[in-house]
Amino acid sequence: MTALAVEKLSVRYGAVDAVRGLSLEVEAGQIVGLIGPNGAGKSSTLHAIMGSAPIADGDVLLDGRSLLKRRPEDVARGGIALVPEGRRIFGELTVAENLRLGLAGRRKGSNGDGLARAYELFPILHEFRSRHAGALSGGQQQQLAIGRALAADPAVLLLDEPSLGLAPKIVDVVFEALAQIRDAGLAVLLVEQRAQRTVALADRSYVLANGELRLTLGPDDAGDTDRLVAAYLA
Amino acid sequence: MTLAFLNLSWPVFADAVALGSIYALMAVGIGLVFGVLRLVNFAYGQLMMAGAFALAFGAQWGLPNWESILFCIGVVVALSLVMDRLVFRPLRGHTPAVMLVATFAVAFILQNIALIAFGSFGKTAGGLAYLQEPWDIFGVEIRKIAIVAIVAAAACLAAIQLLLTRTPVGLHMRAASMDFETARMLGVRANRVITGAVVISGILAAVATVMLSVEQTQVTSTFALSDTIYVLMGVVLGGLNRPIPATLGGFSIGFAFGLLGGVLPTNQSQYLPSFIFAAVIVVLLLRPNGLFTRATGAVERL
Repeated sequence: MTALAVEKLSVRYGAVDAVRGLSLEVEAGQIVGLIGPNGAGKSSTLHAIMGSAPIADGDVLLDGRSLLKRRPEDVARGGIALVPEGRRIFGELTVAENLRLGLAGRRKGSNGDGLARAYELFPILHEFRSRHAGALSGGQQQQLAIGRALAADPAVLLLDEPSLGLAPKIVDVVFEALAQIRDAGLAVLLVEQRAQRTVALADRSYVLANGELRLTLGPDDAGDTDRLVAAYLA
Repeated sequence: MTLAFLNLSWPVFADAVALGSIYALMAVGIGLVFGVLRLVNFAYGQLMMAGAFALAFGAQWGLPNWESILFCIGVVVALSLVMDRLVFRPLRGHTPAVMLVATFAVAFILQNIALIAFGSFGKTAGGLAYLQEPWDIFGVEIRKIAIVAIVAAAACLAAIQLLLTRTPVGLHMRAASMDFETARMLGVRANRVITGAVVISGILAAVATVMLSVEQTQVTSTFALSDTIYVLMGVVLGGLNRPIPATLGGFSIGFAFGLLGGVLPTNQSQYLPSFIFAAVIVVLLLRPNGLFTRATGAVERL
């Protein structure tokens, strides 16, 4: 079942076209990768879905319902959670407070225990729950950012470069968590720079360049470096 | 015990703490709105002026004091909400400079409306004047208003502290004041948080108004005008984007005014604001981030 659908999306900042006619779908229990060089329009796509980037054309559908002109908080409360680029955790709040903040995005009538789920997936967060989030390491902060998004018990999880600036070992932890999140039935849209790992993990990956869809790859293509490089350079 | 060596008496000290407490409340009110809107509401004093006129009308209509106070709170909160709806909301997202200038305009409009409606002599709000009388506390005569103001301010500050740290809406407000964009992405409702801050800020303005009206029974269009300027100064002095330093800054200014006003000979107290302004300039030259903030961390400048 398609949870999130992006249809012929165009995002324009003034005269600059950040995204041009992009269409993609993410089903429940799927990870869809969105890769491409800097400035390809990956983050703009996520922000457009969240209602915080200007959509010039096209549509974004959650369970078949359009999200156009919705405010970011309403998109979040509709069931889409974002793990933003740079993590954007609240360093002066405690880990537990950051997670409770995630509860703001719960859907009406949602009774899933998002906090328990976050703690279960990332036990380190439970251990450090009364520390200031700013005192955590980068990897722990990333786990917090993902945990905070899960606290809302969303149907769709968007991640903007969750592996950025993390040590390889921590990247393993994050990617392993994403696989578990997928298995729990969420629809995951993963924006990444680490193309090869993303292609290997995702059920389907789209290569974006200059705001346009260039290529669709399956997990088997992860070893095909030539195709990846060609797509990036195209 | 005596404070005589400082040429200071306990009643003067109590009055200074009381004025500091009232200014601290105003500082919190201004700081809460600044936190979520990045807007320095220069019209805060005019909200209080409207509240003071509400008290005066309450007295004129013969309402019991508590009804007058409720009326005052209602008027200030309602006016705050109207201000937010008509001015702040359409300007949301503009630069802080634009919003600050807009609040100047609102301030002058409200002040002139009051001047036209009630004349330059204004009205009298004498309902609580009896609080000027002293209580005898261990042989020291302390004015009732000093005690009432200190207790009321402490209660309000404690309530706000609880609200901010123990409730979801308080958590949302704190998050919004740190990073509104991210907070919204998490589902924190912008309008609800801002309305909450505006309402609480209005309630604090009303409480401060009631306290100030005990001393300033003659309510005119300039009621609380200079107090607001002093508090804004104190908030900047403490550190505008931090609630606790801002509160301490407000308190310090009020305390300094109260203390120096009580200590200085009457023929010199006219220079008091100049002294304080000079002191503030010196402090800001030495500690541009504010008196009560750590030196690190960028301060959002206006």
